[in-house]
Amino acid sequence: MANVVETKKACSVNPLKMSQPLGASLAFLGLDACMPVMHGSQGCTSFGLVLLVRHFKEAIPLQTTAMNEVTSIMGGYDNIEAALLNIHKRANPKVIAICSTGLTETKGDDVDGFIATVRKRKPELAETEIVYVSTPDYVGGFEDGYAHAVTAIVKTLVKPLPVQADQVTLLPGSHLTPGDIDELREIIESFGLRAVVLPDISGSLDGHIPPDWRGTTIGGTPLEDIRAAGASALTIGVGEQTREAALALQEIAGTPLEIFDRLLGLEVNDRLLQRLSAISGKPVPAKYRRQRSQLLDAMLDGHFYTGGVKVAIAAEPDLLLAVGSLLHEMGAELTTCISTTKSASHALLPAEQVMLGDLEDLEKGAADCDLLITHAHGRQASERLGKPLLRIGFPVFDRIGNAHKRMVGYRGTMDFIFEFANTMLANMGHHHASDWPLTPEALRAASTHPFIPTDLAEASV
Amino acid sequence: MSVSLKAKIAEVFEEPGCDKNVAKSDKERKKGCTKQLNPGAAAGGCAFDGAKIALQPIADVAHLVHGPIACEGNSWDNRHSASSHSQIYRTGFTTDINELDVIYGGEKRLFKSIREILEKYDPPAVFVYQTCVTALVGDDIEAVCQRASEKFGKPIIPVNAPGFAGPKNLGNKLGAEALLDYVIGTMEPEFTTPYDINIIGEYNLVGELWQVKPLLDALGIRILSCISGDGRYEEVASAHRARVNMMVCSKSMINIATKMEQRWGIPYFEGSFYGIGDMSETLRMIAKLLVQTGAPDDLLDRTERLIEVEEARAWKRIAEYKQKLAGKRVLLITGGVKSWSVVAALQEGGMEIVGTSVKKSTKEDKEKLKDILGDGADAHMIDDMTPREMYAMLRDARADIMLSGGRSQFVALKARMPWLDINQERHHAYAGYEGMVDLVREISRAIFNPVWQQVRIPAPWGEA
Repeated sequence: MANVVETKKACSVNPLKMSQPLGASLAFLGLDACMPVMHGSQGCTSFGLVLLVRHFKEAIPLQTTAMNEVTSIMGGYDNIEAALLNIHKRANPKVIAICSTGLTETKGDDVDGFIATVRKRKPELAETEIVYVSTPDYVGGFEDGYAHAVTAIVKTLVKPLPVQADQVTLLPGSHLTPGDIDELREIIESFGLRAVVLPDISGSLDGHIPPDWRGTTIGGTPLEDIRAAGASALTIGVGEQTREAALALQEIAGTPLEIFDRLLGLEVNDRLLQRLSAISGKPVPAKYRRQRSQLLDAMLDGHFYTGGVKVAIAAEPDLLLAVGSLLHEMGAELTTCISTTKSASHALLPAEQVMLGDLEDLEKGAADCDLLITHAHGRQASERLGKPLLRIGFPVFDRIGNAHKRMVGYRGTMDFIFEFANTMLANMGHHHASDWPLTPEALRAASTHPFIPTDLAEASV
Repeated sequence: MSVSLKAKIAEVFEEPGCDKNVAKSDKERKKGCTKQLNPGAAAGGCAFDGAKIALQPIADVAHLVHGPIACEGNSWDNRHSASSHSQIYRTGFTTDINELDVIYGGEKRLFKSIREILEKYDPPAVFVYQTCVTALVGDDIEAVCQRASEKFGKPIIPVNAPGFAGPKNLGNKLGAEALLDYVIGTMEPEFTTPYDINIIGEYNLVGELWQVKPLLDALGIRILSCISGDGRYEEVASAHRARVNMMVCSKSMINIATKMEQRWGIPYFEGSFYGIGDMSETLRMIAKLLVQTGAPDDLLDRTERLIEVEEARAWKRIAEYKQKLAGKRVLLITGGVKSWSVVAALQEGGMEIVGTSVKKSTKEDKEKLKDILGDGADAHMIDDMTPREMYAMLRDARADIMLSGGRSQFVALKARMPWLDINQERHHAYAGYEGMVDLVREISRAIFNPVWQQVRIPAPWGEA
């Protein structure tokens, strides 16, 4: 529904967008015993690493091929080989996952060719899986990088297998938290189904304390599970961004797919449970019938604080669609919607317009709004405008517990409604005696004196 | 890499103020002092990161990053460098170049971006940062900046430190070079005093400058310019009229100090605000050099009296913790100047240093550290410790607390051991006499938090 417009500005001010390699790295962090690597200058990795650490409050294994100007121009084969060998020696991961950056893409490094050569020359790497995805910084954004990385994992590691009727593959979008993934796994398993989650950051970035120090990811989808995805009876994707990988699974293993454009809201979750019930042949568990009823009540309690509220949202396409759609269903007005890149999701958004822009555009569009919804970088705009900020997505570096925030399922929807309503409640203004002045005509009409005191008349204009 | 950048890098490697550099043969010096990075085993920021760290604290300037979204989009507003005036330095400006810019060049987009910033935000200057991709495709930011300066009548400063030029430390120096080439000496201060100093290499993280400034204010010493914490463009531009330069944070911007000495004859010294003894020594040095350059010599006595009062007060406050903290073992993982300046402070608090990293330290830093640590210093100086080794050391309780930067915090926390942030992402200020008391209090708070007993309770069913 929404009309997509692109910003006319040459200069992006207060960026909403983050780079493709960062999104790809998040996807790789959802693989067990994995070491993600950015093929670029060491700063590319350093910036991404710091941001991931600040958001998840976890140690983040992320390496770099440490390109310099000479290797950039001459080509990065030696650096890729050295990085693979060093990582193998120091951390011995089962998977080394490489994404390119703007630097190496500008030069045009043939990383697929490099990897084939390394394979031939270095037999000691035979036991290590290597995944590569092309993610130039100057194309797309975080969500796109994540989507391409998941597709690359599928294409590299999944092979067709005999179908297991009780197994489904879950492809979570980059906007899902470890808490969201846990919630969905619980839902799927409650139907007696087994879920292969790809990638699964609930195992690696959920903030648990492992028994020992590992230089790689401390959990996530194990290699055997990735391969086992070839046997799933259905692929469930959350967010349009997962379609690419779901289609790859269909092509490789013939797995049918269903993409839920969001799982925040009532009806979409009804549909998910119906679908799971149909493929498992089991009724929807009582627990979820109860939760549905609780959500209905939360929507009733919450609608007082959403109805007619004007919101300004800036988020990546799938997250924008999820939050925007729910708020629309609860009577809020999507006055300003800002997103990062083009996506099929924008067509579904119940707003007049989506602008592909930055947080300066959000700030401008939020002037008449009641609150701002975006990632933590919205804090400056929120302060300047004196309007509350509801933090969603990545990065949220000035709050803790981000990994456990839940925005899927009936319960996650309920959590979000409460958070939104409580933000409104906490910022409810108080009225003053002079909030409702009469018009000068009304004052004149009511006056018993021929003259209205001029200061009063002026004050009420 | 452009010829000018190559020459610039060679120039910053030719550093008369660096003993290590002076000791090298001509051939060695030509190679520069940047260690080759090890692919797959490297950590740390790039030259662009370093330049941005060094210059972004100039608060009234717009900092525009010319490159793809990664360089600014993944990193903006990530440091707690405080400003008492403008907030524009916290605004993220980037050309966010796309595929077409890579093919056709991004110079036009850069020029338009500068114009948009001046029209909308009207800062006194714009700093333009080069990045890898735009450097590789050959965008000439110097030319664009020169043209924009002429056209718009405002200083537009090119900062040529693309990430692939080298590590963060080199970027600090390249950022400093931009100030030397285009900013310092281009304006005159409204007035000067015999008490004018510059502080170089102080970034006012979490407002640390403000823990020191009251001391200088009380002595009548004016910070003509702080490069770059809480900085103003105009102050940096007129910094050449100061009498004395103080260089903070080891060698990160030593080229500013040495070149200002060459160009304007301003003497400099290296000092630290961390630790009580260091703080006092710094005040003495400032006073001494100011008197040497013509300030009335009663400054020396006033300084001594202030030091006496402040030290006595700080010691009294630290003594309250000293008993509690005596013998507590500290693992200190940080770089450069902090390895020795913090060690002295911790020893003042009665603590024992069981290890300190010297990976980023200069030879001089290591010498200072040896003096402070005394016998057996070598055993405690760790060149390169892997996270696994740090973890094992903490897990085996060979240390009571780790002080480090944010990236390695989880090594300690996952070993269920106390940890305190002493790098740039921290929320507490530790400079001056006040800061040292705060540091000791924070360490005490961390070690004696009852949560450590809680999190070490084994699960009754026998798992960790």
